Amino acid sequence: MTAGLWQHWILPGIWTTLQLTLYSAVLATVVAFGIGMARTHRLWIVRFLAGVYTEVFRGTSALVLMFWLFFVVPGLIGWAFVPMWAAVLALGLSYGAYGAEVVRGALASVTPAQREAGIALNFTPWQRMRLILLPQAVPEMIPPFNNLLIELLKGTALVSLLGIGDVSFAAYLVRLATQESAQIYSITLVIYFVIAFLLTRGMKVVERRTKAGIGIDVKAQAAGGTR
Amino acid sequence: MSNWDWSAVADFMPRFWDGVQLTLQILALGSLLSFSLGLVWAFGLLSASRFVRWPVNVVTEFIRNTPLLVQLFFLFFVLPEFGVQFSAVTTGTVAIGLHYSTYTAQVYKAGIDAVPLGQWEAATALSLPRHRTWFAVILPQAIRRIVPALGNYVVSMLKDTPLLAGISVLELLQQARLESAATFQYTEPLTVVGIAFILIAYPASLLLRVLERRLVR
Repeated sequence: MTAGLWQHWILPGIWTTLQLTLYSAVLATVVAFGIGMARTHRLWIVRFLAGVYTEVFRGTSALVLMFWLFFVVPGLIGWAFVPMWAAVLALGLSYGAYGAEVVRGALASVTPAQREAGIALNFTPWQRMRLILLPQAVPEMIPPFNNLLIELLKGTALVSLLGIGDVSFAAYLVRLATQESAQIYSITLVIYFVIAFLLTRGMKVVERRTKAGIGIDVKAQAAGGTR
Repeated sequence: MSNWDWSAVADFMPRFWDGVQLTLQILALGSLLSFSLGLVWAFGLLSASRFVRWPVNVVTEFIRNTPLLVQLFFLFFVLPEFGVQFSAVTTGTVAIGLHYSTYTAQVYKAGIDAVPLGQWEAATALSLPRHRTWFAVILPQAIRRIVPALGNYVVSMLKDTPLLAGISVLELLQQARLESAATFQYTEPLTVVGIAFILIAYPASLLLRVLERRLVR
């Protein structure tokens, strides 16, 4: 492999993969919190619609959704997405649905007494959510969110099937150019692994910070200590 | 939805059912492979020797943290270089099975770890032989947690079968692509396939939730 292949295909490919991961993760987080909190709403219709959203987007395959946004939606609404945004939308919406379940689960795991105390103190539902439930629920969400983030990173490889120049697509081009499949695909796998490793490390720091914020020492917890 | 054409849906049906059949076939074989290979990984992860634990951990973490699609291409393009000629369907099934075996390994391990230590100690105190400890004490308790979790990964596998379109396996998505390429009608085949996935995955996940409520106490 020559330096030119690295410079023109693989490095920009890595950059595209990172961008895709970042944008989809932001969209997925917004969706996850929006839908997850809607699933605890007091009106049944809001809960129901949020439930339908999660089941539909968790039920279908991210790749099929991506193809659908890319090939079908332009025919329905008369304008097409830039491929990159069709991909971000598909990844963000489907992983957001998985994230919504995490948010709902974490909110449900806050002890009922906390919510009742909020009611007793005459907090509005939004104040309860913002001041009581979320600060305690968010640290619990970080480890499952980390798993989802890795899944999302792996999901970004799907965009290469739409011809977006991410690192998987770069690998495909390099394979065509050099005919050395083993080399380029091993390198690509290692690149993904390194990115995943760094993301996990980053999320560990976030977990420690957010847990410290509510007085839980992660290290003591791992060593069998209590709160 | 003014340009929805039911006749295009009807034209797609023969290909669609072929796709469903192949998808389910890949899913069944991929699941079996992941269940059995996962068990092998799990025993490696639970091994007393760190010279077994460590390499198994590295391998499974590597497979779990890299994209299935790239692994698929790796197997599809690299295996022939070593003289192993698999068909696209076989490669795809092996890739899915291998990828998900690293998940099922974690499921087995978590299920076994969740059995309280006292159960092991009780088995030792009763001086049960090794296989009785496993088959009469530990596994019956672990299986309750393992089965629903495995089911969830089967549903995930189902949703990852469209990736095999990348190596031109004729599963659902590839059938839809071929149909669209032949008729220039993109809307109907892709929509039908998308809905088909929801129609299979949603009842399956409902079933699993019931199973989970029954088994996990």
